[in-house]
Amino acid sequence: MKAAVIVFPGSNCDQDCWHVLNDVMKTKVQYVWHKESSLPDVDLVVLPGGFSYGDYLRTGAIARFSSIMKAVKNHAEKGNPVIGICNGFQILLEAGLLPGAMLRNRSLKFICKHVHIRTENNRTSFTNRLKPHETLNIPIAHGEGNYFCDEQTLEELEQNKQIVFRYASEHGEVADSFNPNGSLSHIAGITNRQGNVLGMMPHPERASESLLGSEDGRKIWESILASMK
Amino acid sequence: MPTFTATVNVTLKKSILDPQGQTTLQALEVLGFRDAKDLRVGKHFILKVDSDSKVEAEKQVKNMCEKLLINPIIEEYHVEVKESGGTSK
Repeated sequence: MKAAVIVFPGSNCDQDCWHVLNDVMKTKVQYVWHKESSLPDVDLVVLPGGFSYGDYLRTGAIARFSSIMKAVKNHAEKGNPVIGICNGFQILLEAGLLPGAMLRNRSLKFICKHVHIRTENNRTSFTNRLKPHETLNIPIAHGEGNYFCDEQTLEELEQNKQIVFRYASEHGEVADSFNPNGSLSHIAGITNRQGNVLGMMPHPERASESLLGSEDGRKIWESILASMK
Repeated sequence: MPTFTATVNVTLKKSILDPQGQTTLQALEVLGFRDAKDLRVGKHFILKVDSDSKVEAEKQVKNMCEKLLINPIIEEYHVEVKESGGTSK
């Protein structure tokens, strides 16, 4: 598998993603600067976390107009996988590649900690190595991860099984007390209708080596690799 | 072409919880401002636009709002346009 990690001014998880894809998953990975107008020949596109354009205006609101985003959209429309993590998820929302928007965390605080998420759909290119309702121990680090969409969109997300991850307890119990940011319907990650674009607030690249306290995020990379075969 | 000054007020939609507004309102109550109600915190843009007419200027700014300045999923906005007196050549 060949992957591209898009680098925006203010991206700060680009090197973590590159490291995991290169050193842990042993895939071919390269950085692509946001000013490029085309993608190299790759299978997977990663939009990493960070604070693109200083989170000015709204998170992801300016990055979505970077010239590389046309190529990313094109890549996604062809059915190829795109994963947006944290700020990458926010960019995908602003770009309209995923439905909904992010609000500030209910607590108004930036939250940086390990949480658990429950797999709601394990039949995607990103989750095929996970068991139904398998929980993952994976960190979040964001101030604006409070997912919102209108009622009709939420219904569509449910019906099409686009909700891939929900915040939960270690044992997979979904309840308000396990929802760190106030996210609608406890949503931690969704895909587009076709299932080839995933946005998630938790950071799988920060949970792919035992040295960092959890290897659960690795299953997401393994799923993507498995879906390529 | 005349220049206009536009102001854009942006708030979260009424259907969306505004914890910042709620917390600020609580602080006002603590300070004894018992008459304060329904506080919403928002954003304010001031910009100058060159345009043939006031109507056209408002149209241009609304277009800017829809394209970039606001996110219609979560925010609502109000535009006001005034003549700034200046012209650009």
